[in-house]
Amino acid sequence: MAEPQVAELKNLQNEGLADEQNAQYLTFELADEDYGVDILRVQEIRGWDVVTRVPNTPSYVKGVLNLRGAIVPIFDLRERFDLSSQEYTKDTVVIVLRVNGETGRRIMGIIVDAVSDVLNANSSGLANAPDFGSRVATEFIAGLVSAGDKMVMLLDVDKLLGQDQESEQELTAAK
Amino acid sequence: MTIDMAQFHQVFFDESFEGLDIMESGLLEMDPGSADPEQINSIFRAAHSIKGGSGTFGFTNIADFTHVMETLLDEMRDGRRQVTTEAVNVLLASVDVLREMLTATSEDAEVDPERVKAQKAELDRILAGETAAAEVAEPDNAEEAPATNKQTGWHITFRPHSHMMRTGNDPLRLVRELQGLGELTVEVDVESLPPLSEYEPEDSYLSWDLHLMGDVSKEQIDDIFDWVEDDCDLLIDPICPAQKAPPVASEITSKPEPKAEIKSVPAPTERRVGTDRRASGQKGSAKKTASSGGTSSIRVDISKIDVLINMVGELVITQSMLGMLGDEFDISQIERLREGLAQLERHTREMQESVMQIRMLPISFTFSRFPRLVHDLSTKMGKQIELKMTGETTEVDKTVIEKIGDPLVHLVRNSLDHGIEMPEDRVAAGKPETGTVELNAYHRGGNIIIEIKDDGKGLDKDRLLDKAIERGLVPPDAMLGDQQIYELIFTAGFSTAEEVSDVSGRGVGMDVVRRNINELGGNIEIHSEAGVGSSFIIRLPLTLAILDGQTVSVGSETYIVPLVSIIESIQVKENMVNMLAGKGETFKLREEYLPIVRLHEVLGVKDAKAKELNEGLLVVVEGEGRRCGLFVDDLLGQQQVVIKSLEANYRKISGLSGATILGDGSVALILDIPGLIRMAGNVSVAFNQAPRKSA
Repeated sequence: MAEPQVAELKNLQNEGLADEQNAQYLTFELADEDYGVDILRVQEIRGWDVVTRVPNTPSYVKGVLNLRGAIVPIFDLRERFDLSSQEYTKDTVVIVLRVNGETGRRIMGIIVDAVSDVLNANSSGLANAPDFGSRVATEFIAGLVSAGDKMVMLLDVDKLLGQDQESEQELTAAK
Repeated sequence: MTIDMAQFHQVFFDESFEGLDIMESGLLEMDPGSADPEQINSIFRAAHSIKGGSGTFGFTNIADFTHVMETLLDEMRDGRRQVTTEAVNVLLASVDVLREMLTATSEDAEVDPERVKAQKAELDRILAGETAAAEVAEPDNAEEAPATNKQTGWHITFRPHSHMMRTGNDPLRLVRELQGLGELTVEVDVESLPPLSEYEPEDSYLSWDLHLMGDVSKEQIDDIFDWVEDDCDLLIDPICPAQKAPPVASEITSKPEPKAEIKSVPAPTERRVGTDRRASGQKGSAKKTASSGGTSSIRVDISKIDVLINMVGELVITQSMLGMLGDEFDISQIERLREGLAQLERHTREMQESVMQIRMLPISFTFSRFPRLVHDLSTKMGKQIELKMTGETTEVDKTVIEKIGDPLVHLVRNSLDHGIEMPEDRVAAGKPETGTVELNAYHRGGNIIIEIKDDGKGLDKDRLLDKAIERGLVPPDAMLGDQQIYELIFTAGFSTAEEVSDVSGRGVGMDVVRRNINELGGNIEIHSEAGVGSSFIIRLPLTLAILDGQTVSVGSETYIVPLVSIIESIQVKENMVNMLAGKGETFKLREEYLPIVRLHEVLGVKDAKAKELNEGLLVVVEGEGRRCGLFVDDLLGQQQVVIKSLEANYRKISGLSGATILGDGSVALILDIPGLIRMAGNVSVAFNQAPRKSA
């Protein structure tokens, strides 16, 4: 009984944004911009806590955290997007996400300014991100959706965190 | 109702591979001409269980193949056949084929039918070779047998052992089933029926003479008696029209009775003893912990589990004691609280140790393949080599067992190929004709030591050095110590063998050997003396899940240095430090100049307290044969840490081998010493990143 359910759940996640009629997104703020991630990818939301710095990693990798026995890397999304960095406050939260990487499922955390809402988005309301050429990296933006008068950028978690590893590995290999 | 047999497949495969190992080692130990019957018996039993199991699960090709092997073994066991070297070799090859068949079946792959057929023919040839005279009604090579025999039926003598009914088998049912096959005449022999006063209702006293007429194959009859053949005396003879009386017995069940009729009364008792021993033998082998192959299951000695359960019990008691103490605690009970906590600590530690024990398997799982390897290779190379193994019961972590196999094979092959000389050279050198290779495993101070030692010609230092210079690995004027020269053989692509053989000499391998061993957190050392022999000493940690670590502080950060790689910790004085070319710092430690690696620089720690060398400490570490001094702020303490992977959720980071969780729940990173030493070579690259804010 349990397995079909899991499979269904996986399907739901794999199908991603395009096919779904009504997907839910967790939205959060980052430097006054609104972003969203597929809510089925969110494992938990926790307050900012001191992490252990990992040497020889890009600066947006803040370090690793002990999440009930698992060692989980934490990324600063502001730094990842080259936005101005900010002191962490009591509103600063870590969204722990499940990422499907090439080598299997990983757990990773992203640091965001604040969590805002859960957004119901219909696939018809989704717009593609405009092409900025190489000026603005848009490959990890799955689409844009409007919520009220705001625009929410929906992030493709796998591309954002999964791809990051590849490029880093290449970087290390190049060294 | 049908039972899903697939769920038992894994167990069957596990057991079968174990059986194959038993067969293989038994065959290797067998002396042609004078084989120990008990040994043949154990090989036979293993073959028999594989046959039985594969038959049950419907792997008929395996069952058929094993059956032929079994027939051959059976004849050897009965003494009807001499144990010849040829037969043993064919059996060994058959074990290989059987292993392939089993592997293929377990992976749902196809077996090469040609190969199986060829091997089967080989077995048949051996079978036919010496018993060609006796008409063997051997079902698998029986195509011609019925033709010559022209039997019209079967004469079956069925004599159950007295305990047969207790095994849940009813003779009556068997007779009924036989009846279903053809026309059956039954004669009951009531001779052994005791007086009523001594009668045990659960024992079986009767025996039967059955004549089954009709076109029935022997296999059909065998199938019926399959479950009981260990619990009875059974003779099945074909009835030929030419001779009413059964001809020379062709006895196919597993009974060691070459004569046709059961005459002697004591014989059955004797056999029963044999059967009982078989039962206990199986129990004994079942107790052994499991196969190491690619399976992810592990069989654990029940006593280990019992220990664990006891421990959990103790832990629960301690917990409830502490719980009660906590309910109404006042300061006067502080002593009891301390006691309880001490107890808790002890139990937790014991439990941790026994949980680790579960992953431990005797190293014989790895060693067991070597007799065969040495046997095959020495024959091939025309050398005489004796393999001595000690410490096979030394227990090692399962992962170590899985990963150490290939490096060990490589080292042993090297010893055979390069180490041991040809017999005539050995005699000329005044050494015994037969060379010895020793495999040794033992525990020493939290480590497993595996030694591979040969009494061959030893490593040729001059050749090694010449070769290295020739290949430009070493500058021609280099002055290298013995150890450094031996280290050269671990360089990738390095080989001194003049000719590349299929055994070794391609120069790939030793570097892989070292890498594999390093990956397991161990190291390898070489000792060698020209003309006397060489030995390779592998040192491995007991377990991969836990590591003895030294916590060191660098600024506000804490790192773990594996204790195995630490040689000593010293405080340096200015006058010990020299600069090389104005940059590289080195210090002198007992006639050796070692580079200093400033940990805070390599790891990019901003707030290091000790900037000057005399403010902190130098931890002298060794990795991959290289030493260096790690400069840290302070040493904090030693503790056992549970190794967690960084790769699981992130990626491999150079200089780190993993992470662990400290007592306060925070994460500390474990240093990868060989990696760090490599990195230190290009510090400028390693620490070339944007400054980071502290959170």
